[in-house]
Amino acid sequence: MIDVLYFAWVRERIGLPSERVDTQAQTVGELVAELAARDDRYAAAFADVTALRAAVDQELVDDFSAPITGAREVAFFPPMTGG
Amino acid sequence: MEIRVQSQPFDAGAELNQFTSAQSSVGAIVSFSGIVRNNSAGDLRAMEIEHYPAMTEKAITAIAQQAQDRWDLADVLVIHRFGLLHLDDPIMMVATAARHRVAAFAAAEFLMDYLKSRAPFWKKEHGGHAEWVAAQQSDEDALQRW
Repeated sequence: MIDVLYFAWVRERIGLPSERVDTQAQTVGELVAELAARDDRYAAAFADVTALRAAVDQELVDDFSAPITGAREVAFFPPMTGG
Repeated sequence: MEIRVQSQPFDAGAELNQFTSAQSSVGAIVSFSGIVRNNSAGDLRAMEIEHYPAMTEKAITAIAQQAQDRWDLADVLVIHRFGLLHLDDPIMMVATAARHRVAAFAAAEFLMDYLKSRAPFWKKEHGGHAEWVAAQQSDEDALQRW
């Protein structure tokens, strides 16, 4: 089981801030594929992965081939707009 | 180094005075304040800032640590707000203290460039309609100069 968090418009499209997911996915990309196949809301949120960023255990990953084995938390969000 | 992530407003002038008086034998202090400005339609009612609580402070601390590793800094202050803000409200501030101004200016710019696109905040403008602020390619490009 892994905690999956959503922020900004990803959260709005999916309709949830977070959930626990039972997954065999080994990478961020595999988790995206599993989630996107769930229903229209997830498909809409994950439609354009180039518009998405991810963090594994609160560390930003460079790309979606990043492993998630042993991770407790994966977060999905649009590019950050701080400052 | 002091990092604060908070919903409450802050007084940038008072924070800068306090930061300044806490230093000894520095020759330069640089500060930057970010303020809520109007949207392009000119009808901004509020600016909502969402963040990733478990990650925010950790990410900012790592950015500030990089700045300290890179320049000879005496101290760094970062304050960043989240929640519902209004026109002209302070959003965030950065202050750097160093022996020399070149380091203080460069570190403040570095901090701002990284806070903009590597600290987990997302801005939403509430005006005629609500819209998430899109990240700019120029903000991403700004990281290349470091």
